[in-house]
Amino acid sequence: MEPFTRLDATAVPIGVPNIDTDQIIPARFLWRKRRDGWGHLLFHDLRFNEAGAPKPDFVLNRGAWRDARIVVADCNFGCGSSREHAVWALYDFGIRAVMAPSFGDIFYNNSFQNGLLPIILPAGRVAALRALLEQSPGSRVAIDLETQTATGPDGAIDTFDVDPFRKECLLAGTDDISFTLGHRERIAAFEDDYQAKVRWL
Amino acid sequence: MAAPATLFDKIWSSHAILVRPDGATLLHIDRHLVHDGSGNAFRMLKEKGLPVRRPDRTFATPDHYVSTLSHDLASINEPHRRGVVEDLEANAKAAGLTLFGLADRRQGIVHVVGPEQGLSQPGMIMVCGDSHTATHGALGALAFGVGASEVGHVLATQTLWQRKPKNMRIVVDGTLAPGVHAKDVILAIIARIGTAGGVGHVIEYAGSTIRGLGIEARLTICNMSIEAGARAGMVAPDETTFAYLHGRPYAPKGADWDAALAYWGTLASDAGAQFDREVSLDAAEVAPMVTWGTSPEAAAPITERVPDPAGVPDVARREGMERALAYMDLRPGMPLSDIAIDRVFIGSCTNSRIEDLRAAAKVLDGRRAVIPAMAVPGSSLVKAQAESEGLDAIFKRAGFEWREAGCSMCVGMNGDLVAPGERCASTSNRNFVGRQGKGARTHLVSPVMAAAAAVTGKLTDVRQFLTRP
Repeated sequence: MEPFTRLDATAVPIGVPNIDTDQIIPARFLWRKRRDGWGHLLFHDLRFNEAGAPKPDFVLNRGAWRDARIVVADCNFGCGSSREHAVWALYDFGIRAVMAPSFGDIFYNNSFQNGLLPIILPAGRVAALRALLEQSPGSRVAIDLETQTATGPDGAIDTFDVDPFRKECLLAGTDDISFTLGHRERIAAFEDDYQAKVRWL
Repeated sequence: MAAPATLFDKIWSSHAILVRPDGATLLHIDRHLVHDGSGNAFRMLKEKGLPVRRPDRTFATPDHYVSTLSHDLASINEPHRRGVVEDLEANAKAAGLTLFGLADRRQGIVHVVGPEQGLSQPGMIMVCGDSHTATHGALGALAFGVGASEVGHVLATQTLWQRKPKNMRIVVDGTLAPGVHAKDVILAIIARIGTAGGVGHVIEYAGSTIRGLGIEARLTICNMSIEAGARAGMVAPDETTFAYLHGRPYAPKGADWDAALAYWGTLASDAGAQFDREVSLDAAEVAPMVTWGTSPEAAAPITERVPDPAGVPDVARREGMERALAYMDLRPGMPLSDIAIDRVFIGSCTNSRIEDLRAAAKVLDGRRAVIPAMAVPGSSLVKAQAESEGLDAIFKRAGFEWREAGCSMCVGMNGDLVAPGERCASTSNRNFVGRQGKGARTHLVSPVMAAAAAVTGKLTDVRQFLTRP
């Protein structure tokens, strides 16, 4: 996993609440493998018409936003299906952070597993950021994970919360399997005790 | 004496292997269910050179990609779909997992198979790479969906890092009216609290109505917890739970049964346990529900009308409704019971169990569907049970297609799709844009409401069919 430390990049506003993972990546593509590449399928049915041509009115097809690396979304972003492919599609497109008032819980966890930083900020501030980005398309947001700050195009600095464990993993670019396997003995000891208690399992 | 704890608190603390100072908790996982969408996780393990740590705790069955026309593997014509089913079987064999394969009578939708086989038990933590894993909470387990990376983590370590969600209790009291089922209850709950209403929470469903429901109805309710944004939904185990589990293939036997029963009896939330949020619902007020929009929260009693966005003061909410109505091609103010339907689907991990099929068949007996309709049992055993009761004959006489078990038209990954622009009354769980196929329009309903829609060709209050002339 690529480490996430700082990111100063174009941010795109997507102001629709409850964007589900079926929108981010339709189910008919899910049989593909991780390494097949997913960026061209991101928001597929919103982004492309029947003939496969980009729809000019969809935000990611418009000017500076084509190169966005940050999404400023609305509430409950990534709700619905557990498909991690939604994170892969965002990541492979180039998105490294999503800012929203709230996320679907599974999407939120999946993001950290892939080096994509989900940032929760108050709804009012996220709406203000989206308005700023609409006013001057192509403007940037600067994110610093170490200090847990995001600087908007207006220069205002927001601090955000992030789980310390997830932060460590993101900063180092390590996935948690190797970390967990470091606790092998604790896991085995727990399993023995637990098995003695629930012996029918 | 320990402070009063909730069912969720008790299961969480009994599975905590270690807790970091920052609160991240390493949890032991009792059961891991994998399906034909789990290929990327197995590949990840292979790339890291890691074995499956606990093959004895991992159970596999193909569901998303299987053909519902035939369970002969060769009948899956598309190589990519056949490939993922073959991959699952190969991965399961290589790792020594228990596999309920396509040729096995125990095959089915993973969330139907788990309870049916007695794999899902009170007090367990269960995970699966599918958001509807909350289903198993109906047995008093903590069960939640995870993504591919976490599936890989569980395969490799039989553990998962999590932060403890909050406790929420939804109390449903009173008696459900005739024609009103578990699906209506959960749709009414989601309409009340919203699709983000449960985010960051685990829901415990409680109250006299829930107590009075059988396990299959509780499975339907817990199944859609994710549609309210909750990580999991659960019901405290009781005599109904124990009676359901007794004698199932993977349920404890003999002295183990007695030991398990003693333990399960300690799990219910203690009197005075604190919930971070409480919601209550009067069962008597729940009517047969239908959805009119593109989110499960867009649900209303069948007796109502399509809502008018013009009356909604919040701009984002109003625009959302306008988008949904445009996609659904519905006019504000039209009676929901005037909405003409093109197709009916009875199936999915929400509503494909034997009681669902019996209820729908009761409405269909002696009647004819006027539109294309299909019934897809949740497992091969449910299908066999239905056939032994003659339900297949009722469905077929009514003009329904009677299919093999699988996820089918809920998500369309096997090719069972709703055509663009078509309107489907569906017993599944999601009415998202494009969920049942590109451009498909979904109305979520209970099995009896789906049967009623098939008979009239429009969304219909099933209560008019309850008394026969």
